[in-house]
Amino acid sequence: MIKAILIFNNHGKPRLSKFYEHYTEDTEQQIIRETFHLVSKRDENVCNFLEGGLLIGGSENKLIYRHYATLYFVFCVDSSESELGILDLIQVFVETLDKCFENVCELDLIFHMDKVHNILAEMVMGGMVLETNMSEIITQVEAQTKMEKSEAGIAGAPARAVSAVKNMNLPEMPKNINIGDISIKVPNLPSFK
Amino acid sequence: MALKIVKGSIDRMFDKNLQDLVRGIRNHKEDEAKYISTCIDEIKQELKQDNIAVKANAVCKLTYLQMLGYDVSWAAFNIVEVMSSSKFTYKRIGYLAASQCFHEGTDVIMLTTNQIRKDLSSPNQYDTGVALTGLSCFVTPDLARDLANDIMTLMSHTKPYIRKKAVLIMYKVFLKYPESLRPAFPRLKEKLEDPDPGVQSAAVNVICELARRNPKNYLSLAPLFFKLMTSSTNNWVLIKIIKLFGALTPLEPRLGKKLIEPLTNLIHSTSAMSLLYECVNTVIAVLISLSSGMPNHSASIQLCVQKLRILIEDSDQNLKYLGLLAMSKILKTHPKSVQSHKDLILQCLDDKDESIRLRALDLLYGMVSKKNLMEIVKKLMLHVDKAEGTTYRDELLTKIIDICSQSNYQYITNFEWYISILVELTRLEGTRHGHLIASQMLDVAIRVKAIRGFAVAQMATLLDNAHLLTGNTQRNGICEVLYAAAWICGEFSEHLEDPMQTLEAMLRPKVATLPGHIQAVYVQNAAKLFATVLQKHEGETDSQAAQETSQLLIERLPLFVQSANLEVQERASCILQLVKYIQKLQQKNVEVAEEVTALFAGELNPVAPKAQKKVPIPEGLDLDAWINEPPSESESEDEKPKAVFAKEEPKHSRSRHTEVDEKELARRREVRKQEQANNPFYIKASPSSQKVYDAPGVEHIPVVQIDLSVPLKVPGMPMSDQYVKLEEERRQKEKAEKKKKEKKKKREKRGKGRKADSGPESEEDITPAHHVDIVTEEMPENALPSDDDDKDPNDPHKALDIDLDKPLADSEKLPVRTHRPEVLKSPAEDRDNESIPQESKKKSSKEKKEKKKDKEKDRKRSKEEKKKKKKHKEVEEEPMESQPEEAIQSEDSKEMAAPPTSAEASDLDFWLSSAPVPPTAQEVTAPSSAAAVDTSPVAAAESEPDEPKDTEPEDTKSSKHKKKKQKKEKEEKEKKKKKRHHHHHHHHSDGGGEDSVQNGTVEDEEPLPPMSNYSLLAENSYIKMVYDIQGNHQDESKVVVSVIFENKSDSFLKSMEFNVLDSLNSKLQRPEGAGPHDGLTVPFQLPPGVSNEARFVFSVQSIVMPQKLKGTLTFIVKSEESSTHEKLDFKLHFTCTSYLITTPCYSDAYAKLLESGDLKGSSLRLEGVNMPFHHLLARICFHHHFSVVERIDSCASMYSRSIQGHHVCLLVKTSDQTVSIDAKCDEPSLLGNVLDEIKQTFSKC
Repeated sequence: MIKAILIFNNHGKPRLSKFYEHYTEDTEQQIIRETFHLVSKRDENVCNFLEGGLLIGGSENKLIYRHYATLYFVFCVDSSESELGILDLIQVFVETLDKCFENVCELDLIFHMDKVHNILAEMVMGGMVLETNMSEIITQVEAQTKMEKSEAGIAGAPARAVSAVKNMNLPEMPKNINIGDISIKVPNLPSFK
Repeated sequence: MALKIVKGSIDRMFDKNLQDLVRGIRNHKEDEAKYISTCIDEIKQELKQDNIAVKANAVCKLTYLQMLGYDVSWAAFNIVEVMSSSKFTYKRIGYLAASQCFHEGTDVIMLTTNQIRKDLSSPNQYDTGVALTGLSCFVTPDLARDLANDIMTLMSHTKPYIRKKAVLIMYKVFLKYPESLRPAFPRLKEKLEDPDPGVQSAAVNVICELARRNPKNYLSLAPLFFKLMTSSTNNWVLIKIIKLFGALTPLEPRLGKKLIEPLTNLIHSTSAMSLLYECVNTVIAVLISLSSGMPNHSASIQLCVQKLRILIEDSDQNLKYLGLLAMSKILKTHPKSVQSHKDLILQCLDDKDESIRLRALDLLYGMVSKKNLMEIVKKLMLHVDKAEGTTYRDELLTKIIDICSQSNYQYITNFEWYISILVELTRLEGTRHGHLIASQMLDVAIRVKAIRGFAVAQMATLLDNAHLLTGNTQRNGICEVLYAAAWICGEFSEHLEDPMQTLEAMLRPKVATLPGHIQAVYVQNAAKLFATVLQKHEGETDSQAAQETSQLLIERLPLFVQSANLEVQERASCILQLVKYIQKLQQKNVEVAEEVTALFAGELNPVAPKAQKKVPIPEGLDLDAWINEPPSESESEDEKPKAVFAKEEPKHSRSRHTEVDEKELARRREVRKQEQANNPFYIKASPSSQKVYDAPGVEHIPVVQIDLSVPLKVPGMPMSDQYVKLEEERRQKEKAEKKKKEKKKKREKRGKGRKADSGPESEEDITPAHHVDIVTEEMPENALPSDDDDKDPNDPHKALDIDLDKPLADSEKLPVRTHRPEVLKSPAEDRDNESIPQESKKKSSKEKKEKKKDKEKDRKRSKEEKKKKKKHKEVEEEPMESQPEEAIQSEDSKEMAAPPTSAEASDLDFWLSSAPVPPTAQEVTAPSSAAAVDTSPVAAAESEPDEPKDTEPEDTKSSKHKKKKQKKEKEEKEKKKKKRHHHHHHHHSDGGGEDSVQNGTVEDEEPLPPMSNYSLLAENSYIKMVYDIQGNHQDESKVVVSVIFENKSDSFLKSMEFNVLDSLNSKLQRPEGAGPHDGLTVPFQLPPGVSNEARFVFSVQSIVMPQKLKGTLTFIVKSEESSTHEKLDFKLHFTCTSYLITTPCYSDAYAKLLESGDLKGSSLRLEGVNMPFHHLLARICFHHHFSVVERIDSCASMYSRSIQGHHVCLLVKTSDQTVSIDAKCDEPSLLGNVLDEIKQTFSKC
């Protein structure tokens, strides 16, 4: 079982938090802080597994994480999950984000947390892995986006226009996560089919 | 219209959306909290508007704020509103918000049941998908119970997208509503072979999660998984299955043998590291399970270790880490094969990655031997010196102590060395583990008698140099060591060379800065030392020195008498007075030493940590019984402080009654615990004897670093390194001596061909330096031998420990009808419903099924255009619904043959002992073909007793096995033929036409007249109640009363409360905490013309007599203008028949039963019965829960069993409208009553 999925940036700001067990908001923030504290002090070239997420579940659980440019993707899992499998799942997740957002960057995640949630929901459900096939995930995500668009119809048009205008004034220049550039060494793992 | 929408959305577009909110927060970095609070105010305004789009936008923003840590539960109701939007866009937003912030305590969750059900059956697959995803995050026991059946239906949805989600969510449903596991399991198993890989993967996922917690229940699935493992190419699925096998093998070693080969093949062939790693892991698990049996698996171990070495040597830190992790598993059973890689593991200790270092440390723990302990510890000590950061160093420290102390100091050959290691460890800066070192010192000094002299000397030095340990500050964790040092010096003071000096050291003024509990020990042990000194000097007749000692104590102790610590103060003042008294005696030249020593005489023996727990409870002592009568509930409630009440949540509704009560109980327990904790007279369970001294608060002492940069060399303290050298020298000497001896021996034994002792340095060769007598810990007399495992009683998986091979009972069906208020209904369907009681149904279960279908119809509350669809739906549902029915029947017939588990087990045995490809016999477990189940498992089960244990060697061919079985079957048949009454045995369905009767149903003859067991309970102008009583298979003292309530009026009926006046014998089961006169709320409301069924459980003691219970139904009639309270009295009639359960019986078992002579007979004659014999039998079967054992022409034998296990046998004969029934039963009064009831049944026709 996956107990929680967290995405935060290099400063510990949460970009997505998905807990598959209930915690109060305060505890959740504490978990995010603790996890950030554990993960951020590790060097780049050490292993991606970490024991001792004290708040979630205790000793049975492991933190499995990957660091991409400005973001940490952290999965908290119990012993029933394969460590290398989860690492690969994170990779699939990030690649899917990359495809859905067309060259994803941290800003995409900041402004479209709901979309990220929707993509994640096609991969992991209730803490269990639902789908590992990237093309299948993308198909389903796109079909749902299409449905939303058709529902919005003419009514949605003006709102979209306004939001496009608003976005033009974005002060920040998007910084890429650069998924393509950083070569992530996945140990000989052919993607799940 | 369109214009209006556009206009609305133009108004809306200037609302702040999620992006604006995020942007705003980013632009207000300085006053983020303030900005967000204004945003929340805006959101609150938006939520008040009617426009659903505005609401959805607001909820979307709330979801974001929730992530930032804001509590948004106040908007729960609005979230439900957005969830119920018909637009997918908004619905998705609503479900996302719900999945982020709903939980079991959210009360509005109760409102979502119908909405979710609607979404689940939506024609749009994404509506269903979104509902399932959301539900997976916030499913509660109530939701799970109410929706289990809907989700189960979705498991067979046409779209794989829905199927996989439905399959996956079942795990959550099982967790919350364990009763659903058994009914849903057959379909879940089916999904393992779903054509869609995603669905298959989901099913594997769910079963693996289930099996991980309760593996034994899933052993029978091993053949199926084996097939999947050899056929699947999906790495994800393979990993899951292989992990599952890892959990199953410890239960069934034969499975392991079967697995080794395919797993090794995978290890050789796969290129995916993740798969390789899991294979190695499972092979290790297999090897562990086989470790006792098979010696020739060294090849597999070698393969694993070799592969793991490759992983550890890899530059990828992840692989290195996992390699070490797996290695530690091998270590447990095959330490030798790992020990050869010691170099590699020691190398990992130098790794820059802390996780890897920690794993390597774990491995070291198992790798030590008598031979290498000193060497390894030396290396670790070096690391301790080098280590940066206290966490890792503390970890090293605990590991050193763990390694040395493991299995009762098994590997320590020289305790002087160990003591010096411990002393060296005390020099660690700012460690948190002072108490750990202290407890080791105490333990060794107490248990190893030979070392005491040395230990005392060391401790005396420690005490003398205490200032070095405590450093500038007294609040250092390491000063715990002084506790041990002082105690050891005091207790074993006879070994002290210069007790006077130690006494002096212990009474230094600086001591007063130590923590209280340590001071207390100092004071107490100073007294012990005082006694020793006195004794020493008395022998020398040197009164001067003795008096000086007394003087010293009298001078120094007042410092402690002033201590703020109560314990120190008390002890000090006691001892001070004592010493003063002794001084007086001394001045009179009285010899006191002996008497003073007597104060501290006697040896203290170590007590085992579990000793307290193992003290057997004396007979006749009930620890749970109240000593005094507890004060009445109400009083204690009043006494409680008000704050407790204020915290309590208001009770939401009546249906949550039980939960609230459990909370209440837990709270009371908590309060009681607190009271006990504060009560000094309450004896608490002590955690462990070794920690008893560990006064509260030690852990809280903040750790402050000593600012000592130069490593400490305390004069007079030996270094452990010396010991390593000494030890080596000693061993060499010993070896040389041994060799000499051996040579001698060899000379003597030359020619006899005896092999020389293996390896020059085997374990046994190393003898301890000095004879060490390790005192074992004391246990109480007649201690309980059992090692009780402390399982967490709150583990939700405990409830899922359910035997899945047992046949499904009727009572286990998923509830479909309860808790489902039907509001809208077309009149046609109402009529449909009304006619149920009169309709012809053979079995009550079928009846339920029918109703279920009706419900399906009800949900399609639409008009003509949808009718076509409905028909289509029915056709679709037909096969699905009949399936469980078939399963029940077939499994019932299994039960007749033998306990079903043995049938299953024999299948598994068969698979395990035969060829790797699963033979057809395995297919039997699939519920798909009822016929197959009827024959083969029965056969298998029958052959079971003849071959007590499957002891055949592995290579037996399956065909042989099958032949054997067939032969057995034949023999069996022949045996039966020899019997006087030869008839078709109903389970020999292959034997041709089946005119026998099965399970109380009659086939192949004229159609039966309609029958119903529901009889009228009570009726007035508003409501009609009919009821049926059924025994419960599982519980011998419970019966279930199903009552159908039908609203006959034009008004709405609500708040129905069902209450019964209990008798001594029969009681209505009420939720815990309810009083004996409280009524039960009927879990639904009735709109006009609607009927619904509710079930009530009664407990009964004696079942031999029929009885009647009076009861009342109260309800509120609500019409448009008024609402009135109404009540309806009724009498529940518990007939003896209702305690009988239709139980099939074999004719031979039946014959045996009759022959046994335990049964008492009785008979009955019925005149003028003019109905066909089979109708007559069917009536008895149906109304009185009998089953036909055999039938010959106009004579039949029947059987039934009561819930308490009474056998009831009938022999029914008919001729010329006269029916005679000869009956036998082991309870005559029960029989008499049953016969009377049968008579009544027929007199009515």
